[in-house]
Parts: sequence; C-alpha cells; structure tokens
Amino acid sequence: MLNKAKTSQDWLYTISPRKKAIDLNFKEIWRYRDLLFLFVKRDVITQYKQTILGPLWYFIQPLFTSIIFTLIFNNLASIPTGDGIPAFLFNLAGITPWNYFSACLTGTSSTFTVNQGIFGKVYFPRVITPLSIVFSNLLKFGIQLLVFICFYIYLVFFTDKAYNVTLQMAILYLPMLIIFMGLFGLGLGMIISSMTTKYRDLSFLVGFGVQLLMYGSAVMYPLSYFKEKVPKYAYLIEYNPMTTIIELFRYMTIGVGEFSLYKFLYTGSVSIICFLIGLIIFNKTEKSFIDTV
Amino acid sequence: MKTQDIILKAENISKQYRLGLVGTGTISHDLNRWWFKIRGKEDPYIKVGEVNDRSLKGNSQYVWALKDINFEVKRGEVLGVIGKNGAGKSTLLKILSKVTGPTTGEVKAKGRIASLLEVGTGFHGEMTGRENVYLNGAILGMAKKEIRAKIDEIIEFSGCERYIDTPVKRYSSGMTVRLAFAVAAFLEPEILVIDEVLAVGDAEFQKKAIGKMQDISRGEGRTVLFVSHNMAAVKNLCTRGLLIDKGRIILNDSIDNVVDLYLSSEDVISTSSKSLLNSIRDRGTTQIMTSVKILNKEGVISGKDVSFRVHFKEDYKGDISLGYLIKDDKDVNIHASNMKQYNILFANKESRYIDLTLRSLPLSPGKYSLSLYFGNGNYDLDVINKAIFFQVFWDNSLSIKSPLKKWGNVFISSNWNY
Repeated sequence: MLNKAKTSQDWLYTISPRKKAIDLNFKEIWRYRDLLFLFVKRDVITQYKQTILGPLWYFIQPLFTSIIFTLIFNNLASIPTGDGIPAFLFNLAGITPWNYFSACLTGTSSTFTVNQGIFGKVYFPRVITPLSIVFSNLLKFGIQLLVFICFYIYLVFFTDKAYNVTLQMAILYLPMLIIFMGLFGLGLGMIISSMTTKYRDLSFLVGFGVQLLMYGSAVMYPLSYFKEKVPKYAYLIEYNPMTTIIELFRYMTIGVGEFSLYKFLYTGSVSIICFLIGLIIFNKTEKSFIDTV
Repeated sequence: MKTQDIILKAENISKQYRLGLVGTGTISHDLNRWWFKIRGKEDPYIKVGEVNDRSLKGNSQYVWALKDINFEVKRGEVLGVIGKNGAGKSTLLKILSKVTGPTTGEVKAKGRIASLLEVGTGFHGEMTGRENVYLNGAILGMAKKEIRAKIDEIIEFSGCERYIDTPVKRYSSGMTVRLAFAVAAFLEPEILVIDEVLAVGDAEFQKKAIGKMQDISRGEGRTVLFVSHNMAAVKNLCTRGLLIDKGRIILNDSIDNVVDLYLSSEDVISTSSKSLLNSIRDRGTTQIMTSVKILNKEGVISGKDVSFRVHFKEDYKGDISLGYLIKDDKDVNIHASNMKQYNILFANKESRYIDLTLRSLPLSPGKYSLSLYFGNGNYDLDVINKAIFFQVFWDNSLSIKSPLKKWGNVFISSNWNY
C-alpha cells in the first residue's frame, strides 16, 4: 500500500471481468504454438493405438464408403456420374473432402464438453484445442487424398474406363478450397461448442445433422442431376457452401461439373464469416463456460 | 528494495455463482425449477448450495463464493492460502490462474502465472512418459525448447528413468504423480499457483517436493501461492498466510499467526450444541455423556454468567459427579472445579442432564476449551479432553474497552479512586 503510486504503472497483465466484445490475443496464441503442435501429435499417435490395422483405418474408411455408395446410388439407384467417369472415383472424390469437413465439425463441436476437465484446471488459449483438431484432421485428409490419388492414377492410366477424367487447371485453387473447408468446419464447430456449454441439445443435433447434411451436400450425386430431377428444392443444395466445395473439388480433380469464380468466392466468404462468428462466440464463452458447463 | 516489489495484486475480487445453474445441463431442469417456483415450492435443485452458509442469506439465488478479496504478494514471497472446505480457496486460485473470470475486481500481475491445480493435467495414458512430459509442459505454458533443455533433469527428478519410454497407462499412480510433479517443478514462471498437490505420493516424494518448492521460492526468488490442508507443510514452506472463510479474508498475516487462528477456530462453537458421541474418550473411560450445549443465546460474554448443559445417557443409573477444566488456546489450565468441591452428589434423578453455570465469567475475549469429567463420586467414568471449544466475546456496549490478548486470560473488573 505504501508504494502504491510507484507500482501502479507497469503491470504485465490484468485479469478482470470481460468488458470488450472481442478480446483476442493473437500474440498469446502464437506463444502457445508448441502446444498446438503437441496436441496434433497426441491426436495422431493416440487415435489408432492398440488397433491391429492402425493407420490403415484411414484408408479403409473412405474406400468402403465409396464402394457402398457406388453399389447403392449408382448400381441400384442408377444415378449417372457421366460418361467415362467411373462412379467409384466420383464417389471417392466426394467423400474425401466431405470426411475432412465432417471430422472438423464433429471434433470441434464438442471442444468445451470433452475438455472441461483440462480447461477447469489450467489456462491456455482455448482456441488451441479446436485448431488442433482441424490440423490433425488435415493430416488424415492428406492420407485419404493419397488414397484418392492412387485410385485416380490406377483408373486413368491402367484402365480404359476413365477416358473422360481430366485434371483441370483449377486444381491450383485446391489449397484455398481446403482452407475454406477447414475454416467452415471450425467456425461451425466453435459456434456449436459454445452453445452446448449450457444446453446439450445441439450436440445431439450434430450427430445426425452431419449425416443429413451429407445428403444435402451433393456428395454422392452431381448437383446438375439433382437440379434436373428436383428443380423445386435445388436451391437448398446449391446454396449449401459444402455443395460448392465438393462440386469444385470434383471439377478440379476429375473434371465433372463446372467452375465458377462466383461460387468459389461465395464459399470463401461464407467460410470466413462463419469462422469469424465462431471465433467471437467461442472467445465470449471461454471465460465463463467453466461455471455453466 | 527488491523484497518490497509487489508482483501480484488482487483488488476487490468477487465471484458470484448462481445457485441451481450448477450441474443442470438441460432445459428440462430449468423448466422443472420454474414449475416448482410458480407453485411456490422450494427449488428442487438448490441442494448444490445447501452446504453453503451463504445460501441462508435471504431468498437470493446467488451466492458470493468470494467477496471483496484484497491482497498483495511481494516478489519471492510464499503465500499460504488456508481455510475450510468450501471457503473459496479454490475459486480464488481458479481466478488467479485464469480458468474462470472474476465477477468484479481485478488481479494485476507483473509476471507470468503458471498454475498447478492438479498434477498431470492432460496426461494421456497411451503416450510414453517422455511424450507426456512435453505435452504437459506445453499445457502448463512451457515452450518446447525450454522442455528439451530440461528433460533430463525432469526425468531424473521424477525417478522414472526406466519407464520413461513406456506408455503412462502402465505406470503406478504414484509414478504418474511423480512424473507430473517433476514437470511442474521445472516450470519457470514468475508466479506459481499450487493447489493441494502434495497430498499425493509417498513420504519420501512429499519431502522431495517440499524441498523443491523451497528451492523455487528461496533459491530462485520466485513467488508461490500455495493452498493446502497440511499445516505442517504450509508452516514449513510459507512466509505469509491468508485465512479465508466463507469467501472473505479473515486474516492476512505471518504464517504462524494465520495457522494458529485457523487451528483454534476449527471447532469453535458459540451458541450451538455439540454432540459428544464421536468425541475421543480418555483412556479407561466409556461413553456416558452425549452432548454439551451453551445455553446463552447471545454467546459467551466476558463478565456475564455462562451456562453449559451436559446431557448423558438414559441408561446410566449410578451416582453422578461432574467436573470440568477450562484451558486457553495454548493449552494452559485456567480453572477447574467439580461437584465434589461443592459437596454435591447428584444421586440418580429423573433428569438426564446437568446444567453448569459459571458466575460472572472473568475471562478475557479469546478461545478456550472445556474438558469434562463425568464420574460417580469415587472415580471418573467418562473423560473428554477438550470436549468443546468456545469463544468468549467482549460486550462492546460497555464503557470499558476490550482487554488486549497479551494482558492475560483473566479479566477482573477494577475500580479507580483518586
């Protein structure tokens, strides 16, 4: 108390009830980058511990889904994927990006509830946790992309079924597309995780909502075919950012559908806005969630 | 000059919790609560707050887990935070470690705060000891580079060299704790906040841990805030103490004074009754007395009569002679007497209690203990050493001021003629 005047000057930081709406400390997040890396490492190395097939599961999952989709949607329901485009490759091209998005969304949407133990005991920028999920899924996505490339090469060069499959120049946009996907999944996940701290209803919705969304994201059918068959509700599918992402991915890799810069920018801006809203809500929640979770 | 440096300052910190919200996760509970409320019934989920005295204050749904906490910590000081369960210690530490925000007030710090509210936060059983050291260190705020520089020391301190590349799930619980504490011990924040982590591990490791914490504070001049119920460890380690009760600071003083007050206040009753069924009996005596109660509604007041009522078992049929001994808080005998001294032998009557009245109690304000001796006139049957503690208050409405503690335990009213 004596030297109050002297010491009231240079406090390194203060802890106070939050006043600002947006209170992001990017410097702090940067300081914890090692933690982000270690979380990613933990997720990757612990996921398939004590399994016999180990990381092979990364391959098996999209492979079998594609086979089943091909059997049901193309052979049974005969959804056309275009001449000279193997249905299997078409489905794999849809499932690979979809898996990344859905893993990001479901992973981040339970951030607060799953990590309440650790969040209740130690402070670090909370946003590290959802970020780590997006990054560790990126690795998984990379492996699945490899699977896709293998089949791609096999079908294009060693069989004569894929005579219409062509790689487009637009493939250069692929990294951007992946970033959009990650941001969209992360943003949506953060919004949901913030809203589930008090009421858990949304977490149930995520479970089957993601599945429903898959049917609404043109994963196993071309958007053009849907427009042709159900023109009345086609706009629902068309304005779903995930539809655009998957359609664009398919266009870039196998040349199905069309590329429009307008759609690309639409998806980009929706993803970024979604991410920013998620970040703000998440940031608002992280200070007090431990009292309500 | 350096020792005068204030590194952490808490200004008017308060933390409010809303009762009932805690532990209810779904809207059905909220609706249920609302349904109970409109029928004028008690909130069915209020139990969360029932153990808390503060919930008795009016009908408010809100309680203050902490209220107007102010303190300062100087660089290199080891501050012990003590208090009963639910006093608000952990809430305070949670605020200091930024796990939750305060409702009002501010904490200002001149250094990085690292907190250790639990050992092994974020340990993953599937990862090896070494991997977990990196992960746990990063969670606690260390950079990878820092951990790499210290990893050998950490492993050595933990004493788990042989197992360091084995998954942690194969460790014994003691080994996990050792490894986790070792990581924390090599943290280098300016301010370290530690909650009751020494309660685990074997005696040897506890000693090692306390020694390490002493090194941290004394040798390296770092500031430590330490919460524990282990008074020996607190006294050993801390230089200053903070006693918290019901969310308020009771005393902020040297650690010896704070621990003394805490220990002496533990069992104090002022007007209530205390069951003696679980009290420890003296050698060779059995349970006959069942409870003791202070009959003065306004508490024990210096200079006034005070009455104790001692109940005893229904089935005791012999003669009764009761004795008592009053000691001060330093265990010094103040006064003792018994019924025999007054030539009274209470022969098997109907009533199952004895009232003992001390006339014009000449004790200074403070804490005293009452020991009880229940006998049959020839020898003691039931002896309870320090059966209850009681607080003597000063009647502030008197024109005489309260005597100071150091003036002694006895107050004798005096006349001054000139």
